[in-house]
Amino acid sequence: MKKILLVDDSRAVRLVGTRMAREIGLEPLEAENGQKALDVCRETLDIDVILLDWNMPIMDGLTFLKKLREEDREKQPVVVMCTTENDMPRIIEAMSAGANEYIMKPFTTDIVREKLIETGVI
Amino acid sequence: MNPADYEYLSNFLLQRSGLSLGAGKEYLLEARLIPLAQSLGFSDIHELVNCLRLGKDKRIEFAVTEAMTTNETSFFRDKKPFDEITSLLKEIIEARSSIKRLRIWCAAASTGQEPYSLTMHLYDQFPFLTSWMFEIVGTDISEKALETARNGIYTQFEVQRGLPVQKLMSCFDHVENGWKIKERLQKPIKYKQLNLLEDFMHLGQFDLILCRNVLIYFRNETKADIVNRFRKQIAGDGFLLLGAAETMLGVSDEFERLREFNSALYRPAVKEAAKK
Ligand SMILES: [Mg+2]
Repeated sequence: MKKILLVDDSRAVRLVGTRMAREIGLEPLEAENGQKALDVCRETLDIDVILLDWNMPIMDGLTFLKKLREEDREKQPVVVMCTTENDMPRIIEAMSAGANEYIMKPFTTDIVREKLIETGVI
Repeated sequence: MNPADYEYLSNFLLQRSGLSLGAGKEYLLEARLIPLAQSLGFSDIHELVNCLRLGKDKRIEFAVTEAMTTNETSFFRDKKPFDEITSLLKEIIEARSSIKRLRIWCAAASTGQEPYSLTMHLYDQFPFLTSWMFEIVGTDISEKALETARNGIYTQFEVQRGLPVQKLMSCFDHVENGWKIKERLQKPIKYKQLNLLEDFMHLGQFDLILCRNVLIYFRNETKADIVNRFRKQIAGDGFLLLGAAETMLGVSDEFERLREFNSALYRPAVKEAAKK
């Protein structure tokens, strides 16, 4: 089963994400900020995809994304931003930092599924 | 919904728009008409139907027809057809390279996602089309849907359905009330209100007609009539795209299915008489 890492400081969002992941047929992992996410990624080398919030305490999503992309790892996960940031400059910023897709909250299972198909995860 | 109201609405829609519900589509009527009834101040569908029976309020007749005929739609709805269309259009475009003219008809343009998906996709695949006489005619029975299509402004939710973020970045501008398709992608498209039951000869000849998920609502003889009139307006080497679940089988022999494609793609049939 492919692994999805849900990174969001909101417990409610992670809960919804976990349910969606199971529905789609992915194994969910969780992290509540960028630093925790980095730790999970260093422990678990075969993460397939990350659903990534932008605004989080300790380390935000964009900082995490830049750090992740600098890491020398065999498998770079697909990163789908999932955030309330919905301005074009922000989208461009995230995409140039190495995101693969972008979801503007609120989102539905269908949108997540389509983005995962779009990026070749499922 | 009581059977008499169902029968009345079925007949009403058949007369007004050719929409053939058949039996057992109560859920469809309820899904679309309960919200409408409430927004018009009726307590339920029965009250709405009673008002229709009086036949005094054209505005309500119009609203009911609108609510039942507007298609659910998204950008690049069923991705596959767009790729398959591209390979077929490649041949047609080569054949038209000296006259530099390409015409496409979206016969159920609804709120514009299909015609815009076409300009996004085709300008990507065939960038030289910008200097061609390239025209897309988008028609729909619903004037309200066409108004959205003409504005080309979509909600955050709509632009996430079926649209990769790269396309959002290159084809839309973020405006105050949503996301607006770029003008260069609107330019080749002309929107016109049209009921497929009425004559459409004036639209002229097309290389490709898209008519997805509309014919399913019509009776077989109505379907045949529309399809046979499509035939008269498709170029000899042109083609027709229907919805994934739609078929011409038992409806008309004016077209033959292109079996090498997964999508419901049809080419004008070569008749026996013509073969001899
Ligand atoms: Mg947050």
